[in-house]
Amino acid sequence: MCLGIPGELIGPDEDQADLAVVDVSGVRRKINVGLLEGEDLRPGDWVLIHVGFALSKISEDEAQAVLDFLDGMGQAYADELDAIRESSIG
Amino acid sequence: MRFVDEFRDADTARALAGQIAGLCEPGRTYKFMEVCGGHTHTIYKHGLEDYLPESVSLVHGPGCPVCVIPMGRVDDAIHIATRPGVIMTSFGDMMRVPGGRGSFFEAKAAGADIRMVYSPLDALKIAKANPDRRVVFMAIGFETTAPSTAMTVLRAAADGVDNFSVFCNHVLIIPAIKAILDSPDLRLDGFVGPGHVSTVIGCRPYGFIASEYAKPLVVAGFEPLDILQSVWMLLRQVRAGEAVVENQYGRVVAWDGNPRALDAMGQVFSLRPWFEWRGLGFISQSALGMADAYARFDAERVFALPGVRVADPKACQCGEVLKGVLRPWECKVFGTACTPETPIGTCMVSSEGACAAYYNFGRFSRERVREATRA
Repeated sequence: MCLGIPGELIGPDEDQADLAVVDVSGVRRKINVGLLEGEDLRPGDWVLIHVGFALSKISEDEAQAVLDFLDGMGQAYADELDAIRESSIG
Repeated sequence: MRFVDEFRDADTARALAGQIAGLCEPGRTYKFMEVCGGHTHTIYKHGLEDYLPESVSLVHGPGCPVCVIPMGRVDDAIHIATRPGVIMTSFGDMMRVPGGRGSFFEAKAAGADIRMVYSPLDALKIAKANPDRRVVFMAIGFETTAPSTAMTVLRAAADGVDNFSVFCNHVLIIPAIKAILDSPDLRLDGFVGPGHVSTVIGCRPYGFIASEYAKPLVVAGFEPLDILQSVWMLLRQVRAGEAVVENQYGRVVAWDGNPRALDAMGQVFSLRPWFEWRGLGFISQSALGMADAYARFDAERVFALPGVRVADPKACQCGEVLKGVLRPWECKVFGTACTPETPIGTCMVSSEGACAAYYNFGRFSRERVREATRA
């Protein structure tokens, strides 16, 4: 729950303005980007996601560093990824 | 240094370890608290204490939101979950947290409709799909997750969803840090500040720690090097006789936080006059409830709650662990009666709890427990 997980922006959601489609470790999911209102978000940008909401925009290098860190977390990260797979907020 | 090759940049870590040792004055000890459970996890996972001189110790703070939920709140949540027509939704982390009369998992096994969700937005979607049911979201977490709950309530209001409510247990990091600073049990030399919470609140709210308590705080990232560098920054301040707030995690944390998140929280929540923290007792103005304008989304007003206070189990010393007074293995039941499979205390439940982190990474031996118990 407390893990911030990096996702790569694919593009805006067509139905709802505050949602966007991201790629999280190979899984495509909708997330809410309302907390980054006013930021210039483009496909290919990376965001740090907490419980379905992008909380900050991060660099690609930082995203990679966080992913390495999460890989090392083992089960806690696996559980979080499973939870994201089950999630369907759109 | 047996964990030395486990993470990249081990050479940099060794170099930092040398610089840290160089800053320590002979004959003096240093005690820094890492407030965030994520940091605790990194420290144990990578054996970071092995990089520090014996005179520098890291103690673990109250920053595991699952760990600080008192048993009475779990009982209240289960009471709501067992009302007719209710679907209770919760993050997975919460499922095994013991209340006075069992956990969510046990209530679910007994027939309550309790569903794990990844996001509060999942809970809202369940409410929209089940208009004849009352859907409640068990909201927990510090300022990292509170904006998500707030944004979800704003969405529910905008969409006119009237069968959705929030059982709000969001807690605030600043009053917890202040309670620890005011506690006579512990002498600290500074804080490793939480990374994700600071993404939301920024660095300014920590100013009082430096100005009123003359302690340094460094907001830190989650990688091993981030934490070692933060310890080095803290020691550099102590050595220079300074106490200021610094941001080691500037690549993610903006000094002013996330204004949109703070705005959403300001709209939806109001400050509770007090809230009970497991192990720490009642702390004034330390938690968020639902603002009057959103009373219809407040599970505490939608449902009549027993609100019974349940004392923590006598054997459990989570309170001392959460305050950093006891190390996990110094607790009387650590690793014996209390394990991740059968937790007595919350610190053993969450992967970010100090006890679970310590237990899971095998840095515990019965011999060490015996040594600690004798001491």
